[in-house]
Parts: sequence; structure tokens; C-alpha cells
Amino acid sequence: MSAPTKIRATARDGNTEVRVLMQHEMDNGRRKDEAGNLIPAWYITEIKALHNDKIVLQGRFGTSVSKNPYLVFRFTGGTIGDKIALSWLDNQGNTRSDEVEIS
Amino acid sequence: MEAGVDLERRNALKTGGGLGLLGLLAVIGLIRPGAASAEGLKAAFEAKTMGEALDALGALLPESSSAIQLTTPDVAADGAVVPVTVESTLSRTEQILILVDKNPTMLVASFDIPEGTEGYITTRIKMAQTSNVIALVKVNGKFYRVSKEVKVTKGGC
Repeated sequence: MSAPTKIRATARDGNTEVRVLMQHEMDNGRRKDEAGNLIPAWYITEIKALHNDKIVLQGRFGTSVSKNPYLVFRFTGGTIGDKIALSWLDNQGNTRSDEVEIS
Repeated sequence: MEAGVDLERRNALKTGGGLGLLGLLAVIGLIRPGAASAEGLKAAFEAKTMGEALDALGALLPESSSAIQLTTPDVAADGAVVPVTVESTLSRTEQILILVDKNPTMLVASFDIPEGTEGYITTRIKMAQTSNVIALVKVNGKFYRVSKEVKVTKGGC
């Protein structure tokens, strides 16, 4: 079970800034474990952010995004109490979705 | 009619030269552009050279633009965590892509920017060695690029 994504969304002057920290190993498939075996690639491939029910950002990742991917983005609108949701899908079919309110 | 087809074909060849087969098919209307770009993006993530990646994206000859700002450290002590910010003031920025020249796979991430979202992204990327970091920004179907060299002390791929 994956750890929850940390999301902080702040409304200011009619815009909302969203900071996201996903919890994921982001293994690129080229690293080896202590026994010398290759660690299979395991990384987030798709992300999606929603403001209430509207998509405000969509992204695709390769293997070169750092471990525990971090994102900052901004959109117009958003008021305190609105919902911001972030979901991801990884290459092994795991998904996770987390939600916060704009503060 | 004949001339129209010819012209279309010529245009297809002209723009399609850098696009590869998918781009060509899209231009002559055999597949929808949406489908082509999704396929192109998938191929771009698998590309092993910059030429292949740009080809798959249909961005072989992006123009440089001063309206895009790429912020990275000049020197990254740890290649496993290199902060990158791309900010585009071009209207309307549809897509932002981040690539690293000398990584085993060049394309790091691609972001679709819907209307109402700023042309702005901050993230952290892995870099194998000292290399150029490239930001591609798509505006009205056209790609613009900026790049910046980042010296990597300890590779982190």
C-alpha cells in the first residue's frame, strides 16, 4: 500500500498554487539490489490533478523523475474550501488518489 | 481536386519529414491528431536519442524563445534530485516537456496545461551526468525550446 500524497493548495489573489509530494520509489529498472539483482522498473507513469471536478493538470512521467515526485503548479480561480485531488498511476498498475481543500 | 490533393501531400511531406510515419498519417487525416500525439508521447518516452524523442513528439526543429524561462541550479551536487522550473508566458501554452540530453531515456516528463492553468511547472528530476536540460513548450501546435547546462557532481540515475 502506497503512502498518501502530500498536497498543499493555497489561494491568493484569485490564483491557486498547488504543491504536491507523491510517495513513490521511481525505480528506473537499471539499479541493482545488494545481491546484484536488477530492481525492476517501478515508476509513476501518469498523474492528474482536479480542482473540484475540472482537470487543472495532467502529466506523464518517464523514469527520470526523482524519487517521491514533487510538483508545483498554478491555476486561475479556486477559493478556500474547494477540493483539490491528485491521482497517479504507476507502471505496475497501482493507483492512488488523495484530496485536500484549498486553504 | 487533383491539385488540392497534391498540395496536401506536399505539405504532408514537408511537415511530415520530421514527424515520422505517425505524423504523416495524422497530417493526411488517417488518424486523429489526439491519437497520434498519445502514441508519439509513448514513443518519445521510450526514445534513446534526442533525435528520436523530438521526432516522436513532432518537434524536430523547435524555435528558441525568450518567453520561456528554465530555472535549474548551475551545479547539482546530487544528480538524483535536481530542481527544475519551467515558466512560459506564451499564450496559450498547451504542453510543457522536460528532457535531459545525456540521460538513458531523454524525456523526463510531459505536462498538459489546460486553459486556466498557468504555463508553469516546478519538479525534481534525475540526471546521470553533466548535461543540457531542455524545456519544450507547445503553443498552438508549435514547439519552442530553451536549454541550460547543469553540471552534475554525482550522477543519480
